[in-house]
Amino acid sequence: MKYNEMILTAEESAILEGGQGETMRKALESIIKYGQTFGAKKLVPIDHPVHLVTSFGIPMLKPVFSMMDQLIESGLKTEHPFTVDPRPMDFGNVKCSLIEKLVFRKIMYGAQETYEGQLKKVGLAGDDAFTCTCYMDEVGNIPQKGQNLAWAESSAVVYANSVLGARTNRNSGILELLCGIAGRAPVFGFLTDEGRRASWVIEVRTSGRPEAQVLGSAIGMKVMEDVPYIKGLDAFLGTEMSQENRDYLKDMGAATASNGAVGLYHVENLTPEAKDLGVKLIKKDAATYVIDDAELRRIRDGYPVMWKNKSAAPARCFIGCPHLSKRQIHEWLGRIEAELERQGRTRVAVDTVMTAAPQVVEAFKRENGACERLRATGVHLASICPLMYMNNPLCAKKAIITNSNKLRTYSTARYFTDAEIAKIAVKGSIDV
Amino acid sequence: MSEEYKGRVIIAGRLEGEAVVSRKGFNTLASFQKSAMSKKKEAICGDQNNPEVFGKNLTGKVLCLPKTIGSTTGGMVLQTAAHLGIAPAALLFSEEIDSLAASGVILAEIWDDNRIITIDQLGSGFLEAVEDGDKIEIDDTGTVRIIKEKTQQN
Repeated sequence: MKYNEMILTAEESAILEGGQGETMRKALESIIKYGQTFGAKKLVPIDHPVHLVTSFGIPMLKPVFSMMDQLIESGLKTEHPFTVDPRPMDFGNVKCSLIEKLVFRKIMYGAQETYEGQLKKVGLAGDDAFTCTCYMDEVGNIPQKGQNLAWAESSAVVYANSVLGARTNRNSGILELLCGIAGRAPVFGFLTDEGRRASWVIEVRTSGRPEAQVLGSAIGMKVMEDVPYIKGLDAFLGTEMSQENRDYLKDMGAATASNGAVGLYHVENLTPEAKDLGVKLIKKDAATYVIDDAELRRIRDGYPVMWKNKSAAPARCFIGCPHLSKRQIHEWLGRIEAELERQGRTRVAVDTVMTAAPQVVEAFKRENGACERLRATGVHLASICPLMYMNNPLCAKKAIITNSNKLRTYSTARYFTDAEIAKIAVKGSIDV
Repeated sequence: MSEEYKGRVIIAGRLEGEAVVSRKGFNTLASFQKSAMSKKKEAICGDQNNPEVFGKNLTGKVLCLPKTIGSTTGGMVLQTAAHLGIAPAALLFSEEIDSLAASGVILAEIWDDNRIITIDQLGSGFLEAVEDGDKIEIDDTGTVRIIKEKTQQN
């Protein structure tokens, strides 16, 4: 059957005619209309778990809850158990005042329990499936190169496409769930070879390895949703996809996706498709953007400071948006310990929270001695979404510092580089 | 004085309204989250990175933009804003609509029967010509008319 410009299989046609019920019909109609908007001619089966962005039970999300109810009432769920972004609250590891707890539990995330119940009924992988870095080894939602997906969560999408070489569009919340339930995604954009070609060449000409979060910010702000092909970064990162490089690209990618709308980038001699195809990935009329030390300084100087008192002592520090890998937790532990020694202190002065996937936190805790060392520094480990924590008038007024450009973009948190964060967290003042 | 542009209809409708213009990518989550979370009756743009629209009322306006950018909650935020009655009345894209905004307006229409009139591919000239406060006339074939009689600003 041809539905407007899209060729449908017999099964898809039957679904669209209501053969599997009204809710399934609406789910497929949504996916088809979405695909048609971008010229998709067909749907493709997806044989890998989806990753959802919507993890939070904010009562205002009534349209989402209503859709979930309809899916549940119709007995629909995803074929493969899925992962979802982090939970918004963890009072055990992220200290909150009584009034904050009340605001979180009763007002902000008053529908959290109900919503998590809905997620379970439509295919959630488990109680520990809440992280934005579902692709960590410990979590296991790791797509293969070339595999078609339907993911949301901008940082996970850009990672899956760029670092793993899988194929997913930047799907919006709930649309990804509908694709998971229908087991299909429309073929357009990043699911096509042409959609994965670069219309920008980024020339990195910095004097040293650029701060991942600022480099990503610069690229995102310049190319918006286009695909960049990054040259010169391999001089600092090398050509092997080590865990350190995966972590760097995770953080850089999250900044490209939040400061712009990048869903895929290629790093010359490093990311899978750039290794396979090289400059053939670059379109003929691609534009060029040169990033040097001065450009990175200009980008960073342009970040507005949203604190009322711009010289306030930080009330809290968040490290890990997106969630940290186990290697990064170790790296931060070493960085904080070194800074404590340098400043002659024993514990951090700023309430510091590192965030990672529940399975990553558990794996770190199982390692002999490391967890005790971290506890001794005063740093906490949690698995929340710092952005969700910040999204309320009480927390938004606090002087929060972060090394995350994504958190900076969506909240009043103030960005500092990794090295600055360590100094400030230990000293308790931004005057370092 | 009026200028006319023709685009592609994503969600059809007729409307007369007032333009709010974002010449850079419009970050849906950053723009709507504060107003939506605090149950405001109007959405005041909260995107600190977009000074052109930061602090402006978006509700019921004709939002003129190249694309939406940012978090993949964007479409859901748009769908929710429509449900709460604080969304723009129309979205006019100079470029091809992005995947997040498309999801939002499509889900709002299919699942909630909320229609945000949406037209894309109006061209860069449209975004160069339109200014905040311009009166905008939209018809259901994708024709957009900019009328340069300034209405009252926010």
